[in-house]
Amino acid sequence: MIVIVDYGMGNLRSVQKAFQKVGQEALITSDPDKVLQASKVVLPGVGAFGKCIANLKEHHLIDPIYRFIETGKPFLGICLGLQLLFTESEEGGVTGLNIIKGRVKRFDFSNKGLKVPHMGWNQIKKSPKSEVHPSNWQRQLDGPKSVLKGIPDGSYFYFVHSYYVEPDDKSVITATTEYGLEFASIVSKDNIYGTQFHPEKSQELGLRMLKNFGEL
Amino acid sequence: MLAKRIIPCLDVDEGKVVKGVKFVNLRDAGDPAEIGAIYDKEKADELVFLDITASLEKRDIIIEVVRRTAEKIFMPLTVGGGIRDLEDIRKLLKVGADKVSINTAAVKNPSLVTEAAKKFGSQCIVVAIDAKRIVTPLPRPPVTRLKTGKLANRRTGKPKWEVYINGGRTPTGWDVLEWAKRVDKLGAGEILLTSMDCDGTKKGYDLELTRKISEAVSIPVIASGGAGNLEHLYQALTEGKADAVLAASIFHFREYSIREAKEYLKKKGVAVRL
Repeated sequence: MIVIVDYGMGNLRSVQKAFQKVGQEALITSDPDKVLQASKVVLPGVGAFGKCIANLKEHHLIDPIYRFIETGKPFLGICLGLQLLFTESEEGGVTGLNIIKGRVKRFDFSNKGLKVPHMGWNQIKKSPKSEVHPSNWQRQLDGPKSVLKGIPDGSYFYFVHSYYVEPDDKSVITATTEYGLEFASIVSKDNIYGTQFHPEKSQELGLRMLKNFGEL
Repeated sequence: MLAKRIIPCLDVDEGKVVKGVKFVNLRDAGDPAEIGAIYDKEKADELVFLDITASLEKRDIIIEVVRRTAEKIFMPLTVGGGIRDLEDIRKLLKVGADKVSINTAAVKNPSLVTEAAKKFGSQCIVVAIDAKRIVTPLPRPPVTRLKTGKLANRRTGKPKWEVYINGGRTPTGWDVLEWAKRVDKLGAGEILLTSMDCDGTKKGYDLELTRKISEAVSIPVIASGGAGNLEHLYQALTEGKADAVLAASIFHFREYSIREAKEYLKKKGVAVRL
């Protein structure tokens, strides 16, 4: 069973019904035991970084997330759910889960005339094979069960965020997106996947990605 | 590259679409959920519902409509109209709206924008501004009568726009530019800017207004009011510097499909998602 972690942040139903649409049952829960028993875990998230971490703590979900990830089963972070995996965030200087080393930074376009939040449909560029860790390459881009199976380079997804992730180890970046600068829009490390965009709001190709994840 | 967004808007009264929609293959032409699903298939970039239900008792009908629509679509859904407080926002987000658009309540209580952004995130708080152009008369010389007998154009100096609330019925005396800048600072994620002068005319957006506001704020601006053809969309996105365009009748009456609009814009060099 796919488990969507409920810690009081954001519209989880939209993630659940997107999975349902592609034939995957998903359970929304804040029960730590259910998280541990899941076959796959999805961590969504909107709002403020600090508030999300505080809510995860309050719901006693941090330890179950660590333990689930250690099992090697597939884990997907969406938007803020991706950012939470990082070491620290500029947003209030809060410490994250530190599962992927790196920082969460704010877009600063004061002199470029670009709007923040980065809001709307933007394209992903798959990272060149030479720059991606071999195991991530297969898992994300080229394997028979990759999450990007059937999703062409340059596909559009729906973004809405003011912060982006900057991993220390660039080989975890499997796709980037251009907005004032080139930022990591899909990250993968071992069994962990993260998208800065919202696949559940990205119509056909977003659903395709969730289907791929569900079939891992 | 970030695509410019094309957003169809539906006026919903007591759970039914008003102003008519002409789609073939519709079982119920008045059902917002069904129309929403069609726009989703056509790859509209977002969908906006404007709840124009006047009576307070019937306001909750929109909740059910949003719930049903959210089940069917996989793109962002914004709901506006009659939102008064945090509880109204919470209810709409809970049943599947991705964003809410606040207008009158934001003017009456600007701190609502900040509180809502803190509680639910800036990304889901849209502030709608209804703008009406003010004709600023010259202090002197006074109005002169031309030989033709017509009055000389009194519209001089810098154009200004006034903020209206209560569905465009009540002038506030507030300057749109100042209010837009303040909305940005208050923590809104986006501005939905409607020109009352152009709305319904099908003669094009108020490009001067759109550009002025878009250049003055750091958040995205959706242009609204006046779309009559595809060239108008193009103008708003280029000359008007809007990040997105909202349109109702040109899509509802099938004058153009979403795809036709996007293909037209793409041909003219605008970044859109086909």
